[in-house]
Amino acid sequence: MSDTSAQPEVHHHGPPQAFIRKYVFSLDHKVIGLQYYGLALVAVFIGMVLSWLFRIHLGWANMAIPGLQLLSPNGAPGGVMTPEYYLSLLTMHGTIMVFFVLTNAPFAGFGNYFLPIQIAAEDMAFPRFNMMSFWTTFVAFLVLMAAFFVHDGPPISGWTAYATLSSVGKAAGPGEALGQDLWIVSIGFFCIGQLLGSLNFIATTLDLRTKGMKLARMPLSTWAWFITACIGLLAFADLLPGAILLLLDRTAGTSFFSPAGLVVGDVVQPHSGGSPLLWQHLFWFFGHPEVYIAIIPAFGIVAHILPAFMRKPMLGGMRVMIGCMTAAAFLSYMVWGHHMFVSGMNPFSAITFSVPTLIITIPFTVATLIFLGSIYGANLRFTSASLFSLGFISVFISGGISGFFLAQPSIDVYVHATYFVVAHFHFVMAVAAIFGIFAGSYFWMPKMVGRMMDETLGKLHFWLTFIGVYCIFMPMHYLGLAGNVRRYAAFTDNYMIPLIPVHKFITIAALLTGAAQLIFLYNLFHTRFWGPIAPENPWEATSLEWSTPSPPPFDNFGGKHPVVYQDPYEYGVEGPQDYVMQTAPGKVTAT
Amino acid sequence: MASTTYPPARPVAKPVMAMPGARALGDQRAVATPQAAATQTGIWVCVCAIFMCFAALISALVVREGASTDWRHLALPRILYFNTLVLMLSSYTLEVCRHRFAASVRQEAGPSETPLPDLFPWLYATILLGSIFVVGQYLAWRALEASGFYLATNPSSSFFYVLTAMHGLHVLGGMAGLIYMARRLARSVSIKQASALGATAVYWHFMGFLWIFLFLVMAIRL
Amino acid sequence: MGKVFCVLLVIITLVSVYPIIAHTWWPPPTISTTGPSVDRQLDETMVGTGVLFISSQLILAGFVWAFGGRKGKIKNWPGGHKPVVAFGIIIVGLEILSLTFVGSKAWAAMYLAPPNEHALRVDVQAEQFAFFFRYAGPDGVFGGVHPELISDATGNYFGLDLEHDVASRDDIVVGSLTIPVDTPILLTLHSKDMIHNFYVPELRLQQDIVPGLEIPLHFTATKAGHYEIVCTQLCGLGHYSMRAFLDVLSQPDFDAWLKQQSGD
Repeated sequence: MSDTSAQPEVHHHGPPQAFIRKYVFSLDHKVIGLQYYGLALVAVFIGMVLSWLFRIHLGWANMAIPGLQLLSPNGAPGGVMTPEYYLSLLTMHGTIMVFFVLTNAPFAGFGNYFLPIQIAAEDMAFPRFNMMSFWTTFVAFLVLMAAFFVHDGPPISGWTAYATLSSVGKAAGPGEALGQDLWIVSIGFFCIGQLLGSLNFIATTLDLRTKGMKLARMPLSTWAWFITACIGLLAFADLLPGAILLLLDRTAGTSFFSPAGLVVGDVVQPHSGGSPLLWQHLFWFFGHPEVYIAIIPAFGIVAHILPAFMRKPMLGGMRVMIGCMTAAAFLSYMVWGHHMFVSGMNPFSAITFSVPTLIITIPFTVATLIFLGSIYGANLRFTSASLFSLGFISVFISGGISGFFLAQPSIDVYVHATYFVVAHFHFVMAVAAIFGIFAGSYFWMPKMVGRMMDETLGKLHFWLTFIGVYCIFMPMHYLGLAGNVRRYAAFTDNYMIPLIPVHKFITIAALLTGAAQLIFLYNLFHTRFWGPIAPENPWEATSLEWSTPSPPPFDNFGGKHPVVYQDPYEYGVEGPQDYVMQTAPGKVTAT
Repeated sequence: MASTTYPPARPVAKPVMAMPGARALGDQRAVATPQAAATQTGIWVCVCAIFMCFAALISALVVREGASTDWRHLALPRILYFNTLVLMLSSYTLEVCRHRFAASVRQEAGPSETPLPDLFPWLYATILLGSIFVVGQYLAWRALEASGFYLATNPSSSFFYVLTAMHGLHVLGGMAGLIYMARRLARSVSIKQASALGATAVYWHFMGFLWIFLFLVMAIRL
Repeated sequence: MGKVFCVLLVIITLVSVYPIIAHTWWPPPTISTTGPSVDRQLDETMVGTGVLFISSQLILAGFVWAFGGRKGKIKNWPGGHKPVVAFGIIIVGLEILSLTFVGSKAWAAMYLAPPNEHALRVDVQAEQFAFFFRYAGPDGVFGGVHPELISDATGNYFGLDLEHDVASRDDIVVGSLTIPVDTPILLTLHSKDMIHNFYVPELRLQQDIVPGLEIPLHFTATKAGHYEIVCTQLCGLGHYSMRAFLDVLSQPDFDAWLKQQSGD
C-alpha cells in the first residue's frame, strides 16, 4: 500500500517524552493544531458572553446585570453598563471573534492538524516556528485580555480602531488610555504569529507533499488553507506596520494619522498634518483580505466534507472550486475601499472599488451554484457534519445576498454603519464560518481524539443553532433598512425607539442560541472521555487522513510514506464499495 | 522496490539554489531533499512578507507627504553612504564564504570532522560588517538628532526613524541567523548545511537590496 | 431528516422575505431630490437578489428533500458543470453591469456633481458629541476659523475671532439645521476632534466628517418637516446620543427664522 522508499527519511525530531515537550511546547503540528482550537474555544466563549452582556443592555438599557460591577466597577457601577463600557465590550467582542476565533480555528486549528496529514508529510516544514507561532498568538491573547483589567478599561474604538479616536490617546475618552495600547500590542503579536503560521503552511504545501500528491490531487481543504496562508502573508504584513505607526502616534507624539488643529474637549492637541484616512487605507487593505481568511477555510472544509456525505465528487471537479477560491483571494486585494465609500476619500474611487467588489460576487456565486448542482443526484447522508455543511450553504447565501447591496455606493450611502452591515458580516463570518468550524469539528473529531461524537446531541445542536442564527441575524437586515445606526449604546433617537422590541427579540434569540452551544461543549467533553472508540475511517472517506489510525501516530503514518494514486474525491464508483481511497493503486471506473 | 541509500528525489517545484559548483559534482546528494526545498521556499516567503511590510510603510510615506503641507525635507546624514558600502561589502564576504563552503564540501566529498579554516574568517567578517552597519545606523540617528530632527519633529524624520529602525531590526535578525550558521558549521561542514546557508544568504542579500531601495526612497522623498 | 431540513428552510425563507415584501421595517419616505434614485436602486437590487435568494434557498431545500437518504446510482447535473458556471457568470455579470451603470449615475448626482452656485451655504462643525451649524449672516461672508480659539465652555464652537474678525461677528451659530424647502443647500463639514458622520435617513445621504478635511455635501430637500440628523461614525462614549435636528421650512418661514436669528 505504501512505498517506503518513496522519499528519504525526513525525521525532524523523535517523539517527545516529557510532559512539557509533549503537551505544552510541542513541535508536533497535531498538538499545535489542538492548542489553536482550544484557544479558539476559550475565545469564542468569552466573545459570546460579551455579546450577551451588551445585547442585554441594548434591549434593557437601565437594567443592572448582576455581577458586572465585579468585572468593571468603573464601567458598570451597580451593574448598570455605562455607554463607554458598552463600546469597550463591543470592541473586545469584535477583536476576539475576528482574530482569535475566525482566524484561529478554521485556519490555524484545523489547518495545522490536517494539512500535513492530507499531503502525507510527517510534520510542518518548520516545527519550531510553528510552535512559536502558537505561543506568540497565545501571548497576544493574554495581552488583549489584560485590557479588561487596566484602570481605564478596554478600548472603545471598535475592532477597526479608527483614528483619530484611537490615535490621540487618553483625551479621546475612557478606554483610550492603556487599553488601546494593549490592544495595539496584542494585534502586533498576533500578526507575527500569523506570519510564522503562513510561512509554514506555504512551504509545507509546496515542498513536503508525498509521492503522487500532485497539487491538483490535494483535497479542497488543503487548497483552502494554502490559499488562505498566501492571503494572510500579505495582509498581516500590512497590518503590523500600521499598528506600529498607530502606537507611535499615541505614545511618541508623531502625526501619521492625527491632523493639525485637533481640539479634544477644549484642549488643542499637539499633532499636525496626519491623515485619519491613511489609517483606514492601511487597516482595510488588511481588513478585507482578513475576512476572506475567515471564510475561505470554512469554504474549503465544507467542500471537503460534502463529497463524503453526498457520495459523489463536487460538480466540475477540483478545478472549478480551486478557481473560485483563487479568484476570490486575488480580488480580495482590490476591494478594500468598499468599507470607505463615505469616508471622505475621493468619491470617484468609490466607483473603482465598487466594480471589483461586485465582480467578487461571481466566484462566490459560482461556488454556491456548484454546491447546489453537486447535491443533485447525490446519495445524501445526514450526520452532524453534513447538516452543518448543508446549513453552511444556506447561511452563506443569506450573508452573501446583503453583499450585493453594500457593494453599491449608491445604496451604501443609506445603509452604511447601520445594522444592515452588522447583519451582512455576521451572517458570512459569525454564522457561515462558524458552521464550517462546526462541520469540521464533527467530521474530524473522531480522527483527532479517537472517539466518535454523539450524533443525537450533534443533530440537536444543529437544529437549534440553525433556527437560532436566523432569528438573531435576519432581523438585523430590517433594522438596517429602517436606518438603525450601529455601535449605539442605547436608542434615544425618535425613529429608533420603536425598533427596540426587535432588539429585545434578537437578544433573547442570542441568549437561547448561546445556551444551545453548551450542547456542543458538553458533547466535546463527553466524547473526549466516554465516546465510543472511532475506527480509522468512520465516514468511508477517501482523503489521506482516513488512511491512518484515529488518532494518528506521532509521525502521522507510523513510519510509512503513503503514495497517492487517486484524486481526492473518488466517490460513487463501481465496485464492492462506492469509494476509492487516495492511496489505492489502479485506475478508477467512475459511474 | 529500489534500495539505494539516497533514492532519486522527486521533482522539486522551485529551482533549487544549490551551492556553487554542486552540479559539477554529478553527485546525487547535491540535489535537494524536500526539507532543503522547504527551506528555500520558506526564505522566499519571508522575503515576500518583509517586502510587503516595507511597501505598506512606503505607501504610508507617500500618502502622508501629500496629505499636508507640514513636510520638511531632511538632509540625510552622510554616514549613511558609508553604512551602505559596509552592507554591500558584507554581502560580498558572505558570497566568498559560500564559495569556500562549496569548495570544502567538494574536496571532502562527505561530512567533515574538522572544520576547514577557510570559510570562517569570511563568515565572521560578514557578522562584523553587519555589526558595523548597525552601529553606523545608530550614529546616523545621533547625527540627525544633533541637527534637531527627532522622531516626532516632522513626518519626514518620523519615517526616517521608523524605516531605519525596522530595517535595522531585520538586519539584527539576519545576524542572529549568521551566528547560528557559524555554530552549525563549527560542528561540521557538510552538504546538509547547504540549504540553510543558502537561505541565510538570500535573507542577508535581501537586507542589502532592501537597504538600497529604502535609501533611494529616503533620498528622493524625505 | 432531509425532509425536516427542507421544511424548516422553506419556512425560514418565507418568514425572512415577508417583512421585506410587506415593508414592515422600511426606509422612511425620502425628502430629497436624489432620494428616489437611491430608492430605485434599492428596489431593483431587492428584486434581483430576492429572486436569487428565494430560488437558491428553495432549490437547496428541494434537493435535500429529493436526494436525502437516497441509495441509488449517483447522477450528475445534466450538462455537467459548464452550464452551471456559465449561468453563474452570465446572470451575475448582467446583474452587476446593470446595477453599476444605473447606480453610478445615482452616486454621481450626489457626490460628483458640483453644487448649485446659488446654494445656501451652511458650515457644519461636528465634535464630541454635538453638531453646530453656522450661517454667514447678513454680510454673506463667513468669518475665519481658529482652532486655538475653540471653546465649548464659552460657546465658541467654531473658533471665531469676534474681537478682530469683523466678518465673523454676524455669523449665526445654532444647534439645529434649519433650511428652506426646495432650495439647494451646500454644507461644508468640519470636525474638530474625531471622525463623525452626518446622516439623515430621509435624505438618503450620509458623509463621514473627517478632522483635517473640509468635506462638501449638497442636497435639496423637497418636503417640509422635522427630521433627525444622527452621527454614524463611532466617535466616543457619547456617540449614541450625538444628534441634531433638521428643520425644513417653507421659504417664508425660513426667511422669518433667519431674520429673527440675525436680529439676536
